[in-house]
Amino acid sequence: MTLIDIEGVKKIYDLGAEKIHALDGVSLKIERGEYIAIMGPSGSGKSTIMNILGCLDTPTSGSYYFEDEEVSKMDDNQLAGIRNEKIGFVFQTFNLLPRISSLQNVELPLIYGGVSLESRRERAELVLERVGLGDRMNHKPNELSGGQRQRVAIARALANEPSIILADEPTGNLDSKTGEEIMVLFNEIHEAGNTIILVTHEEYIAENAHRIIRLHDGLIASDEVVRMHTMN
Amino acid sequence: MIEYFNSFMIAVESLSKQKLRSALTLVGIVIGVSSIIGIMTTMEAIQTYMENSLSVLGSTVFQVQKTPFMNVGPSDRHKYQNRKDIKIEHADAIRDRAKKVANVGAEDWTYGRVIRYKKKSTEPVYLVSGATPEWSPNNGYYVDVGRFLTQLDVDYSRFVMVIGIEVVEDLFPFIYPIGETVKFEGRNFEVVGIIEEQGSEMGQSRNNMLVIPITVYQKIYGKEGSINITISAKSSELLNGAIDEIITIMRAVRKVAPGEDNDFEIFNSESLIAFWNDMSRNFKIGSILISFISLMVAGIGIMNIMMVSVTERTKEIGIRKALGARKKHILTQFLIEAVLLSLTGGLIGVILGVLLGNVVASLMNLSITIPWFWVVVGLIFCSLVGIASGFWPALKASRLDPIESLRFE
Repeated sequence: MTLIDIEGVKKIYDLGAEKIHALDGVSLKIERGEYIAIMGPSGSGKSTIMNILGCLDTPTSGSYYFEDEEVSKMDDNQLAGIRNEKIGFVFQTFNLLPRISSLQNVELPLIYGGVSLESRRERAELVLERVGLGDRMNHKPNELSGGQRQRVAIARALANEPSIILADEPTGNLDSKTGEEIMVLFNEIHEAGNTIILVTHEEYIAENAHRIIRLHDGLIASDEVVRMHTMN
Repeated sequence: MIEYFNSFMIAVESLSKQKLRSALTLVGIVIGVSSIIGIMTTMEAIQTYMENSLSVLGSTVFQVQKTPFMNVGPSDRHKYQNRKDIKIEHADAIRDRAKKVANVGAEDWTYGRVIRYKKKSTEPVYLVSGATPEWSPNNGYYVDVGRFLTQLDVDYSRFVMVIGIEVVEDLFPFIYPIGETVKFEGRNFEVVGIIEEQGSEMGQSRNNMLVIPITVYQKIYGKEGSINITISAKSSELLNGAIDEIITIMRAVRKVAPGEDNDFEIFNSESLIAFWNDMSRNFKIGSILISFISLMVAGIGIMNIMMVSVTERTKEIGIRKALGARKKHILTQFLIEAVLLSLTGGLIGVILGVLLGNVVASLMNLSITIPWFWVVVGLIFCSLVGIASGFWPALKASRLDPIESLRFE
């Protein structure tokens, strides 16, 4: 089943003197259950496609269907609704709120989803246990290691049971050992049936994915299904 | 509903995480609200007292005096000083001619006097009144033991004295005072009566009085200066008629030409209450104005701190938006924060103000009051200040672009 269908998407930034074509006509289909890595050097349009896929931004032209809904025509509030219900973000810098506990951080998307206090707490505890932080629920981000913080962020991304997990350089701020542990977690999450899109510039991180899409100058340079390394 | 409760919790949380800053922002609101509530509390206590005590004084009693109850300004002062004095003869003239009055008394007052009994001497704290027999019913002070002054005491300038209960306690702790001789202003007086115990007024005791015949009073302190004439009408229906009658008599006796203003003043409890209301209204308007200004300033302070807060928390707003917060979520979060901030200040201000006002009231021996109307007005106004000053920053926050905000460091 097609989850994401983008067709001829362009994103043009008008800087007055010049127009920047961050995306210059990108078409892409993503099926449910896929595990995709998007790669490319800086300036290739990686972040832009990430923002558009994540419904943080809308394309200048072209169409974007997410689960058969046309996202490219939506207003800010509708986009917020899609982000809340369908998309789980994992960022390079974790982006946890520093002054509240892990549990409260994980509850955030549930709050905006209008989930009641009780079931919110229950679900947040459940996902935190799932990422192996059952004993760290009341710790604040600054009381946790980098790897643990990223686990909280992943738990937060999973909390609303989204259709897709969007991870932007999820291991970029971690040492390689911790990074590997996080990738093991992503692989587990994928095996549990989730759709994952990774944005990365690290070849060995991308190798976890089933499909690698390479961008260059706002266009898709290659899109290939690769063999898994870690599948046992 | 749940969304608003959550916004509320988020707001409480972020405020409590910034305790010092929140506290400093509150100061302006606290000052504004506590000053108005404090003043209103005191005013209300005084008002209650005034209404009670003046109605006790009787709705039929009024006074004729040379100068107004309170001088309005330095220029007027001169005009009042130059009026002819009011004398005992005026009281006599009124007593002879007026038909609608029950009692006409002449009285004069001084204070800070000493009285001696044998070797014992008191502090100079006594209130002295030169009086006629009508003093007692007109002022509402009645004799408990012995008798009050009589017309004969006045006519023959007898050295007799009626004393308050405090004087008894000071000088005659173990002796029956009636018939004893006390020394006052170098002369011997016979104690003939004791005034029943009185409550105190505005922190002033009314039990420390010495009452002597006005003729004796004038022998001691001289005939110069003005006296007060205290008059009670035959009934409250006759009060206005009695006042008109007295004005006519006084104008005739004092030869005031037709068309000229009265050269004397008339008060009764109503006009005193009216005077008080007049004065307190200006006072209230003044304090409302000051509080309003300080709340406005405080509102600008809140707006400023909310602006800073929005800028500082750009990243947080970006994260919240990425996680699905809509504009209204962010807007209500910051709006509730601003309202909560000013309302907390308002509550502290109310508590402080009520405490302060009642401390002042109790220093004046007034009963404790809470000006509910002003408490409600104050809190509503605080919420409005919060909404007004929080709206712009909150709107700014809600309109932030999620991508830009997430990039913010």
